[in-house]
Amino acid sequence: MPWMIGFICFSAIPIVASLVLSAADWPMLQPPTWVGFGNYAEIFGRDPLFRKSLVNTVYYVFISVPAGIVVALALGILLNQKVIARPFFRTCFYVPSLVTGVSVAVLWSWLLNPQFGLINHFLSLFGIQGAEWLYNTKTAMPAMIVMSLWGVGGSMVIYLAGLQGIPEQYYEAAEIDGAGTWKKFQHITVPMITPTIFFTLVMGVIGSFQTFTQFFVMTNGGPANATLTYVLYLYRNAFEYFRMGYAAALAWLLFIIILIVTILQFWGAGHWVYYEGELR
Amino acid sequence: MTAATTSKKLDWRASRHARHVVSQVFVYALLLAGSFVFITPLIWMFSTSLRPEWEVYTYPPKLFPNYWFWENYPEGWSSLIPFSTFLKNTLTITLFNVTGNLISCSLSAFGFARLHSRYRNVLFMLLLSTMMLPYEVTMIPQYVVFAKYLKWGNDFKPLILPAWFGWPFGIFLLRQFFMTIPFELDDAARIDGASTFRIFTQIMLPLVKPAMATVAIFAFVGNWNNFMAPLIYLNSMSKFTMALGLRLFQGQHATHNQHLLMAVSMVNITPILLLFFFAQKTFIRGVALTGIKG
Repeated sequence: MPWMIGFICFSAIPIVASLVLSAADWPMLQPPTWVGFGNYAEIFGRDPLFRKSLVNTVYYVFISVPAGIVVALALGILLNQKVIARPFFRTCFYVPSLVTGVSVAVLWSWLLNPQFGLINHFLSLFGIQGAEWLYNTKTAMPAMIVMSLWGVGGSMVIYLAGLQGIPEQYYEAAEIDGAGTWKKFQHITVPMITPTIFFTLVMGVIGSFQTFTQFFVMTNGGPANATLTYVLYLYRNAFEYFRMGYAAALAWLLFIIILIVTILQFWGAGHWVYYEGELR
Repeated sequence: MTAATTSKKLDWRASRHARHVVSQVFVYALLLAGSFVFITPLIWMFSTSLRPEWEVYTYPPKLFPNYWFWENYPEGWSSLIPFSTFLKNTLTITLFNVTGNLISCSLSAFGFARLHSRYRNVLFMLLLSTMMLPYEVTMIPQYVVFAKYLKWGNDFKPLILPAWFGWPFGIFLLRQFFMTIPFELDDAARIDGASTFRIFTQIMLPLVKPAMATVAIFAFVGNWNNFMAPLIYLNSMSKFTMALGLRLFQGQHATHNQHLLMAVSMVNITPILLLFFFAQKTFIRGVALTGIKG
């Protein structure tokens, strides 16, 4: 099984190596010196940027992931109505999610351009004064969150599949009992779709905690570190300040944070995720 | 049945019909508004890429240029930065990685689904847990080994090699597919004297073709857009990928060449868009599958 070799070489050894490295002070050009928990002490004790980047990332994750779920679910429900031209609408919503990485960053920098960008122009049509977006500490992060919503097409397709899996009989039975649209949504659609919501929530949180490319290309953490994300800070430590040990310690902390958040989600899932029968 | 009840019934039907019409109108209005919002940024990218320079920085911006300035494409492509080289590099890395992923993932998935081993379930749990592991955790030690000890900095090897040793997501997807194939097929082939390897190549692989297509497409998109790994390993321009090239262009020339940047960007996303339009079903099914089986 090649995966075994791959796992050992590219995951298992690096994980251990990463832990070992995190106990070292290693500026790459000189041999490492062992500092024990020194890196961790510095991270927690006297690194304001660590705190800043963590707060920024948590802010981003906590807003963009739930907002993404709401938008994707809403689009999925709309598409799940008996509409003609469903493939056309589905394509419109899905295609933007294929544009990722640097392309999306380059495009949105231009859309968000305060002077010539389309977004401010669109707002001005409604008499709304546009913002400086990426150039203002207050609006930079919200702009990045709005941009992340543009890529919800993937989870929308997942919701659409989940919605189509709900048996029609449930709705018919509810109609006979006199349930209206809202009641049907509340008591059939939502409970039946909770496993899908849970899945996108877990994957979304894991993914958003590691967000890097757009931030690196569009703002590089600015203005005034307002969009300095955790991984961006980690990258700087490793490849700009060449503090490999310190970066490894940051990486381990990120892993532990993601692990704890994921475990909490699984633990909380019992209270709101509904699994039909014993399917899982 | 009296006339009164009949007309009441008709009334009820009419009001139900009216409600239906109103809700349909509402649904279509939302769908149209939504797709307008989602697709406009792409149209804007396309239209910017076709503008002559003097129409780029104007206010109010026009959604469509007066004259379609296709000259932007060759100009953006070759004048400032060697994008042909970047395209060649990206293609090389992506093709090697997709091939590597397909071979290694199908073999591993076959093992997980079909071969008996005492540690199989433990190993599978390990595999699933690595899907949660941030790339950053393994990135630094990998970098140290590849760049410092093997002296592979500025080389494609660190970008290609890992793909040949499995990709957790791909293995997981393929394993789920292998699981659905009845075991009678294996048994029948074994009775006819086929080796395990032959069962794999001649019976299993043809049956999981749709899943292989899904894995190939996801691997292609992922590698095409990959940014962080090329960013940390590649440092001379002759080795850059499209993603690095775009970012370089944006950093150096974007302030006055937005139209050229958009033109190159369009070229960069074209292969992905083409892939989507030709393999739409595989895409949609693959995405839906990851959600349901996950």
